[in-house]
Amino acid sequence: MNKPLRRIAIFCGLLILALLIRDNYLQYVKADALRSDTDNRRVAIERYAHPRGDIIVDGDPITGSVVSKHGDFKYKRTYKNGPMWAPVTGYSSQAFGSNQLENIEDGILTGNDDRLFFRKTLDMITGKPQQGGNVVTTLNAAAQKAAYDGLAQQGSKGAVVALEPSTGKILALASYPSYDPSSFSGYSDADAKAWNKLLKKNNPADPTQNRALRETYPPGSTFKVVTAAAALENGKYTSADEKTDSPLPWVMPGTRTELKNEGNIPCRNATMRTALQYSCNTVFGKIGADLGNDKMLAEAKKFGFDSEQFTPVRSNASVFSDNMNQSQTALSSIGQYNTAATPLQMAMVASAVANDGKLMKPYMVDSLQSSNLDPVAKTQPEEMSRPLSPQNAQILQDMMKTVVEKGTGTNARISGVTVGGKTGTAQHGVANSANPYAWFISFAKLPDGSSPVAVAVVIEDEHANRGDISGGGLAAPIAKSVMEAVIKPKK
Amino acid sequence: MSSTTNSPTHHTSTIGAIGAPSRRNTELALLIFAVVIPVFAYANVGLAIDGQVPAGLLGYGLGLGLLAGVAHLAVRRFAPYADPLLLPLATLLNGLGLVVIWRLDQSKLLQSLRGFSPAAPRQLLYTALGIALFAAVLIFLKDHRVLQRYTYISMFCALILLILPLVPGLGANIYGAKIWIRIPGLGSLQPGEFAKIVLAVFFAGYLMVKRDALALASRRFMGLYLPRGRDLGPILVVWAISILILVFETDLGTSLLFFGMFVIMLYVATERTSWIVFGLLMSAVGAVGVASFEPHIQTRVQAWLNPLREYQLSRKITHDGILHSDQLQQSLWAFGSGGTLGTGWGQGHSDLIKFAANSDFVLATFGEELGLAGIMAILLIYGLIVERGVRTALAARDPFGKLLAVGLSGAFALQVFVVAGGVMGLIPLTGMTMPFLASGGSSVLANWSLIAILIRISDTARRPAPAPAANPDAEMTQVVRPS
Repeated sequence: MNKPLRRIAIFCGLLILALLIRDNYLQYVKADALRSDTDNRRVAIERYAHPRGDIIVDGDPITGSVVSKHGDFKYKRTYKNGPMWAPVTGYSSQAFGSNQLENIEDGILTGNDDRLFFRKTLDMITGKPQQGGNVVTTLNAAAQKAAYDGLAQQGSKGAVVALEPSTGKILALASYPSYDPSSFSGYSDADAKAWNKLLKKNNPADPTQNRALRETYPPGSTFKVVTAAAALENGKYTSADEKTDSPLPWVMPGTRTELKNEGNIPCRNATMRTALQYSCNTVFGKIGADLGNDKMLAEAKKFGFDSEQFTPVRSNASVFSDNMNQSQTALSSIGQYNTAATPLQMAMVASAVANDGKLMKPYMVDSLQSSNLDPVAKTQPEEMSRPLSPQNAQILQDMMKTVVEKGTGTNARISGVTVGGKTGTAQHGVANSANPYAWFISFAKLPDGSSPVAVAVVIEDEHANRGDISGGGLAAPIAKSVMEAVIKPKK
Repeated sequence: MSSTTNSPTHHTSTIGAIGAPSRRNTELALLIFAVVIPVFAYANVGLAIDGQVPAGLLGYGLGLGLLAGVAHLAVRRFAPYADPLLLPLATLLNGLGLVVIWRLDQSKLLQSLRGFSPAAPRQLLYTALGIALFAAVLIFLKDHRVLQRYTYISMFCALILLILPLVPGLGANIYGAKIWIRIPGLGSLQPGEFAKIVLAVFFAGYLMVKRDALALASRRFMGLYLPRGRDLGPILVVWAISILILVFETDLGTSLLFFGMFVIMLYVATERTSWIVFGLLMSAVGAVGVASFEPHIQTRVQAWLNPLREYQLSRKITHDGILHSDQLQQSLWAFGSGGTLGTGWGQGHSDLIKFAANSDFVLATFGEELGLAGIMAILLIYGLIVERGVRTALAARDPFGKLLAVGLSGAFALQVFVVAGGVMGLIPLTGMTMPFLASGGSSVLANWSLIAILIRISDTARRPAPAPAANPDAEMTQVVRPS
């Protein structure tokens, strides 16, 4: 009986061997895949096991972490002044995931990023709990507050973006109505309720939409700045005070439709300065039609149209169409037809003009820090394109100053500071039936010639009647207070 | 360990005592490790979960030490030549099992589940009962050959044990497998665990008698000895019973275990490879046949082939009438998250398995917290127990002892393979528990008696042969003395 016994011994050994091989496959070969499987709840548990790093504005954190009493996730996110900062931070929720900065810089904030590897290993050896790093933003708390409060006072949907023209730093990024990401950062029923309340289907105001980056609006007359830039860059006109070839009334080429101006304004053969001051549709429509689709598109693209921006939070691509006929190009050149822009895009336009024609890549993360405040990475300002020569930029700045000094943008005047701007009232809806959007883009210039801020403001008002809406009336005061907030400490 | 070596005087004798060393002191030394390791593990869990050494550490250490001491004394007194490894290995596994069960008792997630009650005190009680049963077997079973007398009674007992879960009012259907009976006031029992031992006794007794007929009356065909038709009877009956278990109790594991055990013992008894071939064929036919119409088995196979899909289904409301379970995927995640070295005691999240985390899936907790290294060690401990069992069979001098020992060891190995393979996704999941590690009274009691029987057989096997009779010539000269 001993021979089969020995074979049985070998058979039992093989059973154990099969288990050992399977275990090696499971716990060695497949270990990483299983461990980091997104369905594996350990990934989420680990993610919330330590307090998250903070997002910092002006040296102060605008986020925090508290011990959650609910479930197996230890820490949950809190936000200081959540609705105001939501377009910057995004949210980090135990139940509903994360977005924007919270998502993009998750590695740093949780401390899992490879750039924190040394720190993490050191902590592991010394037995310290893992700590997340910080994300230092470029934002300016005062400007953000001015922007958000301005929108809140207005009470309508809208957004504000402010940039520092010389670097591309985002100083303010506000969207209204907003939401408090603290309200659903946990995992409880209350969090689910708060989340459901914010969903678009339950809340037509769509508060979670980041209008500053993700909504494109027809830019209306503010786009005339781009058209003027195209005219100057292509040599169609070489000065602000040169008379343009602008008949009135003007029938768009290839159509029998007359392009109308708003009211009875002096647009016949007006100079570009006057045309911008009064916002003449005929003058800029004709410039666009004369230059043609290709040249207009090339200039718009230099300003950043037709491409997404990564700040690093993605912004939608603004639109200036291709393959348009002359009349469509004319309409597009005054910010109608297919033309659509994000508030960030229009702030970039104002910023490029203010920065003597140099467009800086907009960004909102200044640096990343490890938990003990050692720098991990720093963003260097980066030139994106040159939509204008310095001379032409000066000309355009001058034209925009006229708009604020004696044109449609007088509400944005600030004493002791030179302000240039452009209003816009964009029509939309079927046969322009919906309420227009009020736009204002502007920049400020200090006496020393530097330009610390460029702003774009857009407001969509569903309640005010059509006549009341104009960029100068609704949007310019907000732009003014944002610019003041940036300038005040510098004066 | 001086007592384990023979005194030099023995060696001077020409015949020499065949006297194998008893190895009791080796066993004692190993037992100390088997007690100390779980005590350290227990302290570790407390430190990881509460940041302090658990209050019950001293009591637990003393308790486990006391139980191990009682078992050791019983062996020393009643089975002095027993294999020295079996008791320490079983004690180590049982101790580690207790620690993990206590560790899972601390999980807030498991505590929040409906019907939660701490399993560790119960397990400790059953461990004490198990050791008592172990000692009782050693005391009252002086010779394993006594069991041979109960061959056919064993058969009836086994059948009754197997049928019990199907008795209305007594059986309980837990997660689709009907292998439990519920005794009001006492809790649940898994009669299959005991049936395993009783059946081994029956098979050993039966095969010892019939082995010659089964082995010799055969025809040779294509290099295989084919049994006569009428000799196929027993294997067909056992096969049929296994199939019935599979159909009515819907438990692939128990069915596989019994049939596998019978084939192993049949092979050892007859030394005919053809039985193995027949056994494999029949189990394949049976498993595939039943799986083709039994939805519960199909679900298990589906879950095995695609655990992630099963996990996703378990999170949705499905209307297919099947209870989808995320357990297997959760178990795989637990193993994977443990990696090579594991998270350390008390620091894993194997409680996500929820139901049966401390019984069928107990190995996943080891996998997560002790890692690949820990699981390999545990599998090797099981391997050692099995090999010591087979070695006992080799050393046994009587065919009944050989068959019984190999049957019990083989069943033990199959059970380990079926359970560990199931929770690691090597084979479809079945509803059996990891011997000694898993929470469950029946399992602890049955496995301690299994170890006791192996120890009894090994004691008989290793006991020095009775001293040869004195030289009859010499005696004659002494007897025939003129007086």
